[in-house]
Amino acid sequence: MLDDVRPLVAIDNLRVEFQGEEGPIVGVEDVSFTIAPGETLCVVGESGSGKSVTSLSLMRLVEFGGGRITGGRLEFASAAGVIDVAGADDATMRAIRGKEIGMIFQEPMTSLNPVFTIERQMTDGLRMHMGLSGEAARARALELLKQVRIPEPERRLKQYPHELSGGMRQRVVIAMAMACKPRLLIADEPTTALDVTIQAEILSLINRLKRETGMAVLFITHDMAVVAQVADRVVVMCQGKLVEEGPVEQIFASPKQDYTRALLAAVPRLGEMRGKSAPEPMRLIGDEADVRAPLLPQAPEPLLEVSNLTTRYPVKGGLIRRTVANVHAVEDVSFTINKGETLALVGESGCGKSSCGRSILRLSEPTSGTVLLDKCDIIGLSARDLRRAWRDMQMVFQDPFASLNPYMRLREQVAEPLRNFGLAKGSEVEDRVAGLFDRVHLPRSFMSRFPHELSGGQRQRVAIARALAVRPKLIIADESVSALDVSVQAQVLNLMMELQAELGVSFLFISHDMAVVERVSHRVGVMYRGRLVEIGSRAQVFETPRHEYTRTLLSAVPIADPTRRTIGDDLNFRPIPSPVFPLGHEPGPSEYDEVAPGHLVLKDTMT
Amino acid sequence: MKLPASFRTSKGMLGIGLVLAILLIAVIAPVLIPADWATKMDMRARLSPPTWAHPLGTDQLGRDLMYRVLLGARTSIAIASAAVLMSIVIGLPLGLISGYAGRTTDNVLMRLVDTLLAFPALLLALTISAVLGPNLQNTIIAIGIAFTPFLARIIRGEALRVAQMPYVEAARTAGNSDARLIVRHILPNIMPAVIVQSTISLAFAILAEAGLSFLGLGTQPPDASWGLMIQASRDYLDRAPWTALVPGAAVALTVLGLNMFGDALRDALDPRSKGAS
Repeated sequence: MLDDVRPLVAIDNLRVEFQGEEGPIVGVEDVSFTIAPGETLCVVGESGSGKSVTSLSLMRLVEFGGGRITGGRLEFASAAGVIDVAGADDATMRAIRGKEIGMIFQEPMTSLNPVFTIERQMTDGLRMHMGLSGEAARARALELLKQVRIPEPERRLKQYPHELSGGMRQRVVIAMAMACKPRLLIADEPTTALDVTIQAEILSLINRLKRETGMAVLFITHDMAVVAQVADRVVVMCQGKLVEEGPVEQIFASPKQDYTRALLAAVPRLGEMRGKSAPEPMRLIGDEADVRAPLLPQAPEPLLEVSNLTTRYPVKGGLIRRTVANVHAVEDVSFTINKGETLALVGESGCGKSSCGRSILRLSEPTSGTVLLDKCDIIGLSARDLRRAWRDMQMVFQDPFASLNPYMRLREQVAEPLRNFGLAKGSEVEDRVAGLFDRVHLPRSFMSRFPHELSGGQRQRVAIARALAVRPKLIIADESVSALDVSVQAQVLNLMMELQAELGVSFLFISHDMAVVERVSHRVGVMYRGRLVEIGSRAQVFETPRHEYTRTLLSAVPIADPTRRTIGDDLNFRPIPSPVFPLGHEPGPSEYDEVAPGHLVLKDTMT
Repeated sequence: MKLPASFRTSKGMLGIGLVLAILLIAVIAPVLIPADWATKMDMRARLSPPTWAHPLGTDQLGRDLMYRVLLGARTSIAIASAAVLMSIVIGLPLGLISGYAGRTTDNVLMRLVDTLLAFPALLLALTISAVLGPNLQNTIIAIGIAFTPFLARIIRGEALRVAQMPYVEAARTAGNSDARLIVRHILPNIMPAVIVQSTISLAFAILAEAGLSFLGLGTQPPDASWGLMIQASRDYLDRAPWTALVPGAAVALTVLGLNMFGDALRDALDPRSKGAS
């Protein structure tokens, strides 16, 4: 960018306050940066860093969330000249919102109104801002849908949001934001709720639109890999303050601030584990204690043997709620986990990876198949015996805010399994619980706290302590780190690897995040439409992927390295077909080719 | 003993104050005030507006409204709280089991509840109390049964929601029995809904008692109850509005107090509203 180009946006000493119960709380302070016309500026930070507050201030939308801009200037170069957004009146703001600044939100599900057709939602803004007639607005809407490359745009206009897939909905949202040819597009975590292939599509779409129209993009994200793929310049924020600012290459290659360095160190990068046989703990800055890598025992001994596991959920319908169809969640899946080993199941949402984990525990009842845990047949157990079998396998859930009972002290929650399984009595319970808190690196004083008094990462440690209480042989971790900030995610991943190295526990690690999976697993299974399409050692799956879907998935993963941009110009992946089948539909069995020892690939190609 | 923080707010204090005051009146008014003061008729001062002799005015028979409202408190409060308690005792386990067990159990129990819901609550109470006969105990049973389906429905919905939370599944894999899961993990999490619904039910129960009394099935004249007083006032609204306002204000204050008390109680039970302990 040339220095004499007038910036499109100049934020100077922004300060935003929220009304708290005991006086104002500062959301953002001393934040200054500029956005040049046509550039992509990424604001990156962890939760609570103030990145969304900053972007909402630029639209003055922060006021609807109870915030107030109490200081600084927000200059925006509109068509009518430079305006200070911080002091603009409502009429000026209405003219800017949607017309000169477009906005895309995180959740495509909720940013479209479910009761209006796509046409109605799109033409509203066009008629208001551009003064188009009904017919002209319709034509423009169609043109916009074509611009964002939605297949069959004419049909989409007549459809309602629920009839579109997540990726298509986000395309509609982008089309709407683009409707009035804005000078600035604000994208607030636009791909966080999307699957990795759809994320790649949306990122490439935003890139192309930016180049074609010359608009600037303010991109808010927590994901360093996404930053590396799309940013021209980067602003790093932490706790309401600006930490560092610079061109993307410089931020990644030679970060100046410790915080940026720590943030980057915590991000797993796809491909960095090439040539290594065992999982490797992350090297965290400020926590130099060496975590032992979990090596496999010399003689592999199978712990969990899953064969031909099939789980279907009935779809009920009609007056008497008969089963009218089946969701084929898990379809003929077989695999083995050895003692002390981590098997990762990866795939996109709806591929059946979580159902698979739940079926093994019988939290969801499988339709057929066998599950042997240490030679014990789990499927055949009575409810009583199943409860006893849970001593050997535990689960750590995704959302640390929902997996702890808000009305129970943490001590009680961790002590429960000890008492229920008769593992400890009386004062022994207290000692064991204290030991478990030590084990997951939580202060003992937390024992008498309630869940809401802890952060997300701390809660997830409690959930792990609860799972460890019974000394299980297998822990099923269902997206256990997905809801956490990257630095916390890295700590929890290291904790899991440390526990494996010391206690020899096996993990079934369910995740959608390929880079995390590469870091933690010994073996990897890729799931697609309920089936395991490829399984093998980590090196086999990541370095010599054989199934078409595995390759698609790997090509879509953003890499946290601005010199390796994989996001192309126009990606359009095939959407995942529906897993709902009519009653009586019996798909064929899963048949595999063994392409290398232990490396199995599903025979038929993607259907 | 220290009052929980949620009660130390102005709303919480007002709630406690009102509830205590009304309970006090219900308990000691009949002890201090001779029962016949509420039924003594002053034929020269029928439908009298508030005067020194009758601070809150009189009704169509010249009975003093202040004494009637004070002495009617016990009947109204006793019937309403006993009836709501009864609907909780029946509705809570019904809703919990229905929401937790699901499938056939849920279907059978909820069809039963739906059948009861199909009748207007007052009609149901009317039928029950007509069959059982008009007395205090049967009025309580009638209102209690009539209110149960609403509570059971709400509790079932909440139990259904809570039962599929990850913390309940986690507790299940932690080896808890069904009974422990319900009592330790589901019940505390649905209490807020139960408390809120109960305070609303109390207000309706007071009015339901009035309806029954009006039809000759609840409190028997000349005894006083708030509901009976409101019902009796309707013919004189244009000439003597205080006959409705006095018992109406008593009901309104009670409901207001109960609502504020209920909110504070709900917050006091919620660990999230406290600081680190």
